[in-house]
Amino acid sequence: MIHQYKNNGYDIVMDVNSGAVHVVDDTVYDAVAFLAEKLPEMDEPGPVPGELAAEVRQRLAGECGYSAQDIDDAMSDIQELIDAGELFTKDVYRDYVLDFRKRKTVVKALCLHIAHDCNLACRYCFAEEGEYHGRRALMSFEVGKKALDFLIANSGSRRHLEVDFFGGEPLMNWEVVKQLVEYGRSQEEIRGKKFRFTLTTNGVLLNDEIMEFCNREMSNVVLSLDGRKEVNDRMRPFRKGAGSYDLIVPKFQKFAESRGQMNYYVRGTFTRYNLDFASDVLHFADLGFKQMSIEPVVASPDEPYALQPEDIPQILAEYDRLAAEYIKRKKEGRGFNFFHFMIDLNQGPCVAKRLSGCGSGTEYLAVTPWGDLYPCHQFVGQEEFLLGNVDEGITNTEVRDEFKLCNVYAKEKCRDCFARFYCSGGCAANAYHYGGSITGAYDIGCEMQKKRIECSIMIKAALAEDN
Amino acid sequence: MKKVKTLSGNTLKQSVKNGGCGECQTSCTVGNQSCENPNR
Repeated sequence: MIHQYKNNGYDIVMDVNSGAVHVVDDTVYDAVAFLAEKLPEMDEPGPVPGELAAEVRQRLAGECGYSAQDIDDAMSDIQELIDAGELFTKDVYRDYVLDFRKRKTVVKALCLHIAHDCNLACRYCFAEEGEYHGRRALMSFEVGKKALDFLIANSGSRRHLEVDFFGGEPLMNWEVVKQLVEYGRSQEEIRGKKFRFTLTTNGVLLNDEIMEFCNREMSNVVLSLDGRKEVNDRMRPFRKGAGSYDLIVPKFQKFAESRGQMNYYVRGTFTRYNLDFASDVLHFADLGFKQMSIEPVVASPDEPYALQPEDIPQILAEYDRLAAEYIKRKKEGRGFNFFHFMIDLNQGPCVAKRLSGCGSGTEYLAVTPWGDLYPCHQFVGQEEFLLGNVDEGITNTEVRDEFKLCNVYAKEKCRDCFARFYCSGGCAANAYHYGGSITGAYDIGCEMQKKRIECSIMIKAALAEDN
Repeated sequence: MKKVKTLSGNTLKQSVKNGGCGECQTSCTVGNQSCENPNR
């Protein structure tokens, strides 16, 4: 499968099945497009059939007006790419997925809902002020300890284990967070495991003691902030209505500096109220942050702040605007990292990882304050997805197996999508909440994801030019 | 090649042979990850 696009003056050709990415000139770009109309994907590299090559040459001269020399060079380069197995290659990974079904399920990550309570009342919160359609609750050390024991016992031979402290607001149960980190560390040598702890916080309760502990023990922290003051305070107020920006920003700035501007993300949510969200990302940069992200809100379509299909063109244009500014600032020596523009073209994830995606429901589970297990934090509180609990383990194997088989080949909409090996089929929870099935796709999310991949590759091309 | 600059070769296909160690982080994004497997 070939995907080709033009962005910011660059002509880019992706050979989806091999993972190859090429920056080409106009002649090659048009020649590949003509060839792709008729040339089937190849099991093994071979010459372009003479009749087709002649037809393409004729079209390049007649329809496009390229010179004979240009056409010769383009066709020669294309054949070289085919011979290298980097153009018109076949999808050979379907059999690989069959092997997945036989694999024993091991758990490698837990999202601990350490607090189903929150001191903010963010208007878009799917957890409904942190309570997840239920009651306020804090996880006890005993439940958390059982969760870590469950993770260790079910992780097979995997050495690296991940635990994310999530909520609600995790800092509302800070003592238990510290106790669980201490317990996890005490088990590492005994059980031959290495924990990677992470934390997501709204920053309200951040203080020097918490920062110091996090800098010592948390591999990554996610700091929630939506961008410009008026944008943030409209959506992230305290329960009594006051905005949170003025209290939180200085704390986050101090926290980011104390971590050496590494191993954190300031992350926002954008809604229909700020479709000019590139300005919010740039606001993060202007505040001195170096690691940032902004994510589209996921909400019921009848909410006034929910993204609508008609917003897509503006959203995609905004990613282009952000990409152009991203390159400009990088070249000026005042760059920043935007999570969705980070892409590793040489040492990216292996195909096994790309096919299996996020691992929700199998490798990754969410644990409620009372010890129930769900496929991920977005399914918490939906009883039909209850998998078991930390005492008995996974008891609902039917749901687990449904997630086990959820990969890009199980999703009809992904089969012909160029992005399938980059997004791995997208988020199961978004698909379920949007279309009622975890093997569906969240269309608005797909459009954004495809655009972000195109921007990421274009940025690589632009920055490679300078090197 | 005169008209092509390759940013990435057929890394995906190669990873069938040398990937799959399973030690990487879970991902809630896959495409944004790097792999730390020294055998790749």
